[in-house]
Amino acid sequence: MKVNTFLRHLREGFKNIARNGWMTFASISSIVISLFILGVFLLLALNVNNLASQIESQVQIRVFLQLDTQQATIDSLKTQIANIPEVSKVEYVSKEQGLEQLRESMGAESADLLEGYDAENNPLPDSFTIEVFDPQTISFAAKKIEALGQTSQVNPFMSVKYGKGTVETLFKVTNAVRNIGLVIVGGLAITAMFLISTTIKMTILARRREIGIMKLVGATNHFIRWPFFIEGALIGISGSLITTVLLLYGYHKLVSASQFDLGLMMIKLVTLKEVGLLVALLLMGLGTVIGIWGSTISVRKYLKV
Amino acid sequence: MIEMQDVWKTYADGTHALRGVSVLIERNEFVYLVGPSGAGKSTFMKLIYREEVPTKGQISVNGFNIGKLKPRKIPYVRRNIGVIFQDYRLLPKMTAYENIAFAMEVIEAPRRIIKKRTMEVLELVGLRGKHASLPAQLSGGEQQRIAIARAIVNNPSVIVADEPTGNLDPETSWGIMNLLEEINFRGTTIVMATHNKEIVNTMRKRVIAIESGLIVRDEVRGDYGYES
Repeated sequence: MKVNTFLRHLREGFKNIARNGWMTFASISSIVISLFILGVFLLLALNVNNLASQIESQVQIRVFLQLDTQQATIDSLKTQIANIPEVSKVEYVSKEQGLEQLRESMGAESADLLEGYDAENNPLPDSFTIEVFDPQTISFAAKKIEALGQTSQVNPFMSVKYGKGTVETLFKVTNAVRNIGLVIVGGLAITAMFLISTTIKMTILARRREIGIMKLVGATNHFIRWPFFIEGALIGISGSLITTVLLLYGYHKLVSASQFDLGLMMIKLVTLKEVGLLVALLLMGLGTVIGIWGSTISVRKYLKV
Repeated sequence: MIEMQDVWKTYADGTHALRGVSVLIERNEFVYLVGPSGAGKSTFMKLIYREEVPTKGQISVNGFNIGKLKPRKIPYVRRNIGVIFQDYRLLPKMTAYENIAFAMEVIEAPRRIIKKRTMEVLELVGLRGKHASLPAQLSGGEQQRIAIARAIVNNPSVIVADEPTGNLDPETSWGIMNLLEEINFRGTTIVMATHNKEIVNTMRKRVIAIESGLIVRDEVRGDYGYES
């Protein structure tokens, strides 16, 4: 193709946007509406995922040691646990620290329940608090730690706890929530594609006659197709650009407005910085592809005139 | 130039539009195609610009075997055939100028030449001043003049006109006919289907009459021959 001809197609693509004003408006509107709904659910799913991760990351293994465990054994056990590949962090909590933490977590109102316990009179054992890299491997890591205790003649562990049962249920719930989010977003993406391509198809249907005239004048299929291709891409790009700007601006406002209230509930929304690029790329990519795809498919249909 | 040999055309619904037509139209001829509605005039013309393919028989236009043409080659053959319709068939969202220029853009002519030649044909059809008007802003006669300008802009060797005056009043029709005669005078073959008795009888050109898919009359300086 000559450079001149390509420039002509480009000019023609832009001109068609203006010539078919209402049709362009309809196509862009349908892109904005469908992609906006998709984007809202996408952000929702990302937040739910983030929330699930936050909850999951709070699970930890507590290992309570026998009361008479020697300091040397404790140090060696700490090293051995830290050497387990799944383990990200091991923290030794002496019985004194344990009592302090318990006081803190029960709060001022229940302080009298722990009255009388002090350094001399402490019912708590020494313990380890262990975190893992991937929360989903917690039961596996806990088994490894238990096995560690069974190697010595006297098991130095009183117990290894990680909320067995509860943790598994939690993961089932978070995984289910993630999958549901994925299905909704996927379903919406497909619906958006069909909705948009149908609108574009209808706008081109209205121009079937034009395509027939172009063929009569001796235009090749390529020649007819190019401006439609450019027009479709322009509609897709502008539609998804509008959506992205609206959605991300709105989300940014929402995050800053709700920061304080949600912060009180220990909920932290995903920030624009973290997901902005992902959402923008996804919406822009989808919009552009649909714009081009919708117009290309429909023109091909009417080229057989 | 245009040659048909025992051409048959049967449509999918079983209609026999043409039933063995043989004809030779020489370069630079002006031919009127007459006959009742549904006799096969439109099919005759559609076969020339390869809108339809013959069911049987051979057609050659400018040396191309139209029936055997690969779809990829159709546009290139059409560029040498100008087509004019009763309903003008202009691109509704393009200006008069753009409609004519489109036919030249298709052959990838340089912009400068497109501009020069488009203004030239606009001048020829007498609508230079209306170059920026949309088809809807033009009268029927003006629209047909733009359609004619578009048909001749690439200097085709043949013009096929299917009832070009069908929607126009007598005075406007004569304007169009003078234009077509002028184009024919400059060396373009014209095949025109018409129901206009007055035009055929006044112009005295070759007349081919088609009835029920057969050529029933072919006269060098013929008349319309039907009561209109």
